[in-house]
Amino acid sequence: MLAFPRNSDPLLIAALALWAGAAVAAPPERVVSMNLCTDQLAMLLADPGQLVSISNLALDPLSSAMVDEARAYPINRGGAEQIYLMDPDLVLAGTYTARASVDLLRGLGIEVVQLPPADRLEDVAAHMRQIGAALGHPERGEAMARAFEADLAALGHTGPAATAAMYYPNGYTAGSGTLSDQILSLTGFRNVGAEAGLTGGGILPLERLVMAEPQVVVTSTPYPGASRSEEILAHPALRQLRDGAAQAHVRDADWVCGTPHLLNAIRTMADARAGLDVAP
Amino acid sequence: MTLRITALVLLSLLVALLFLASLLIGPAALGLKQSIGALLSGEGGPVALVMQEIRLPRALLGLLVGAVLGLSGAAMQGFLRNPLAEPGLVGVSSSAALGAVLSLQTGLAASFALALPLSALAGAALAVLLVLFMAGPHGGALALILAGIAISALAGALTSLVLNLSPNPFAVMEIVYWMMGSLADRSMTHVWLALPFMILGCGLLLATGRGLDALTLGEDAARSMGVDLARLRLLIVLGTASAVGASVAVAGAVGFVGLVMPHLLRPLVGGRPSHLLPLAALGGAAMVLAADIAVRLIAPDQDLKLGVLTALVGAPFFLHLLWRMRGVEA
Repeated sequence: MLAFPRNSDPLLIAALALWAGAAVAAPPERVVSMNLCTDQLAMLLADPGQLVSISNLALDPLSSAMVDEARAYPINRGGAEQIYLMDPDLVLAGTYTARASVDLLRGLGIEVVQLPPADRLEDVAAHMRQIGAALGHPERGEAMARAFEADLAALGHTGPAATAAMYYPNGYTAGSGTLSDQILSLTGFRNVGAEAGLTGGGILPLERLVMAEPQVVVTSTPYPGASRSEEILAHPALRQLRDGAAQAHVRDADWVCGTPHLLNAIRTMADARAGLDVAP
Repeated sequence: MTLRITALVLLSLLVALLFLASLLIGPAALGLKQSIGALLSGEGGPVALVMQEIRLPRALLGLLVGAVLGLSGAAMQGFLRNPLAEPGLVGVSSSAALGAVLSLQTGLAASFALALPLSALAGAALAVLLVLFMAGPHGGALALILAGIAISALAGALTSLVLNLSPNPFAVMEIVYWMMGSLADRSMTHVWLALPFMILGCGLLLATGRGLDALTLGEDAARSMGVDLARLRLLIVLGTASAVGASVAVAGAVGFVGLVMPHLLRPLVGGRPSHLLPLAALGGAAMVLAADIAVRLIAPDQDLKLGVLTALVGAPFFLHLLWRMRGVEA
């Protein structure tokens, strides 16, 4: 279960080879990233001066794991006009973000590489290779991916599984087929959200969370400014549940993207699982 | 007389049944004996937690919110002698929502516990004063409704503006909640926060009964019977603001309850406001409890808003009233 097949997808290999070939021919000189996850991978993999601008989300300490590094870059807000005026020869974007802007930029003749969200741990290493290749540094992407895979293999848990639930504003949770679900099972947990029958993300009513009595509850840090969506995280029933359960203090920013920072999140969960074995 | 007593008994019975149903219906499938036992004893681990901390506050708030809305509607209709007056329609609820949102977003609500209901109360009071001023002692239904539309639109727009400007990415998604109302995931904290203001408001509104009775004969007749109209107005303003403000602060703005219930029940009491007030409170409680049960049965995992269901019943009813009044007004 821990041995992830590397490059199992022949199409992906072909695509990587193509990218690598193109990159050797002409590495992009002005790269603009407009997605939180490509921001972070590009900051880690680009040459100094090669990355011209990153998205404003990279400065949000609750979503971005690299706020300090991000301060060195000019910020864009994802609008096609702003990005076009930066005169990029490569734009990095997510597949879900600002579709209209991406279409417009492509129409203007700019090359756009779109990265889908990482839904599985296998995607993470593939994304590192993909962005490395797109930036003209396939060897850096490959090294980062190999390091990630090696660290991942060392973090697996064997033995009986404990129960855990991810719980976010509005009662949102991660079901089966999500990166969070895979991290939970890797680190020795059964995901309450998946066992409740949820696929992908979805709403788990507070009542059902309480009835499932998870041993670990992972919640997010509230944003500044009040919202009723986040009030559920301070509900007395959830508080009592968490008093009885073990706590896992994770940084949301580490969970959001498939970057090396994801290992921090996985380590936290592995530690939480090990803690349960010590004090059952 | 006997019809009124019968109606009081039957409505109380209905409210009690709906309250029980509200306790027993939820996404977690719990047995009847098990859940009632856990509710009363507090033993039974997660079942007790679900019953005491999640379902009990929800049922209590449904009862309270419905009662104050029905009561406020009946009192406003009696005072304005206008069947279209209702906290939701004339903008009192949306102004209370604006007050609540302002105190939440400025951080005032976090600084001391009562700031949230007090701000909602202030918003509601401003709107009641404005409506009374605009509709005036001799203002017709048209003036009242138009003033209400203007106040609702303004308060709604300002609420959206404040939520849009919030640094919290979830705040903007809550515009619907403040305009439609919901009882999902409320806790006993919310009950304790709203209860004192609701009791105060209900007390003030129930005290208007005799004055409202006299007012049905006209202002001059009421005055000659020794009714202090200024005092009556003050009771209506403070009572409505306190009751509706507290209700909106914890459950959002639920519309049409105060419109429908007084109308349905008025024939049972011969149009006598003092007798209508307690009936309208019971009717409102039954309507909101039923709507909140329906919300959970129709879309258990979706947090369908309460106001959607009350509007489905209330809006056609409102149109029907307008249709009937057409001849009278023109």
